[in-house]
Amino acid sequence: MKSDLQFQFMADVPGHTLRIKREFAGPRDLIWDCYTKQELLEKWFAPKPLKTKTASMEFREGGHWHYAMYDDDGTEYWGWTDYVTIDPTTRFTSRDAFSDATGAPNTDLPIADWVVTFEEAGDHTIVQTVIDYGSPEGLQTVIDMGMEQGLSATYVTLDDLIETLKG
Amino acid sequence: MENNETDLDAIFHALADPTRRAVVQALVRGEATVSDLAAPHDMGLPAFMKHLGVLEASGLVDSAKVGRVRTCSLNPATMSATERWFEEQRTFWQGRYAQLDDLVAALQGDRDEK
Repeated sequence: MKSDLQFQFMADVPGHTLRIKREFAGPRDLIWDCYTKQELLEKWFAPKPLKTKTASMEFREGGHWHYAMYDDDGTEYWGWTDYVTIDPTTRFTSRDAFSDATGAPNTDLPIADWVVTFEEAGDHTIVQTVIDYGSPEGLQTVIDMGMEQGLSATYVTLDDLIETLKG
Repeated sequence: MENNETDLDAIFHALADPTRRAVVQALVRGEATVSDLAAPHDMGLPAFMKHLGVLEASGLVDSAKVGRVRTCSLNPATMSATERWFEEQRTFWQGRYAQLDDLVAALQGDRDEK
C-alpha cells in the first residue's frame, strides 16, 4: 500500500536545508529513469493541480533542465536546474535557480544545491533529497516569497501564544 | 482531521501546563514519536498520553499511527509563518511523490505485460 511507504520531511532552519526521504515501490533503475528522462520527469515533478513542461533538457554533467510548472490559468513558475555531478542510478547533484521563460536566472532569489541519492531496499528504492539554500538569509528569502504569494493567512502564531502565556 | 476553527480557550488551556508546553516546543523542531516526546518527562506513559490528548483536543497537535509507532506533529493552522512554509513544502513534496508512485506503478504494469 502506498500509505505504508516511508516518508520523512525534515527542515533545518539554522542549517538552511530541507531533507526529504521517500520510499518507492519500484527498482532503483526505474526510479532513476523517472528522475532523469524528460518524458518521465514531466509526468510527476509538479504536484496537482500544476503540470510540468520542458523548454530544454540535457541530463549530463554540465547539462541542464529548463522547465516550468504551470496551472490551468496559465500562470507559469520557471526554473533552471544545472546538473553538476552524475553517478548513474545512485546519485546526482544539481543547482536549482528561479528563472523565466528565456532561461535567465532570477538573481534576487537564492540558488539551491540539491543532492539526490538512490538506495536499494529489497525491491523498493529509497530516495533522499537534500536541498541547501546556502545561508539562513537565503532560506528566509524563499520563505518570505512563499508567504507573499498569498498562501499565508491570519494564523495564530504559536511563538506569540507561548510568549503570552509565559508573561 | 482538519480543524478549521481555532478554539483559543482550548489552546490556552493546553499550553497552561509546562509538560504540554515542552511538547509543543519540541514539535516546533519537527515531528516526533510519542516515545521520543515522552522520554524527557518524569512520568508514566498513561499520564503522558493524557497530556497529548489535551494537545490533540485543542487542535495544536496532530498524530498518526504507522504500524506500532505513533508520530505527532504540530497542526499547520496554528503555526508561525516559517513552520507554515515548511508544512506547505511538505505537502508539495507529498503531492509530487504521489504522482511518482502512480508513474512507477504504471511503468511496472507495462513491464509486466511484456
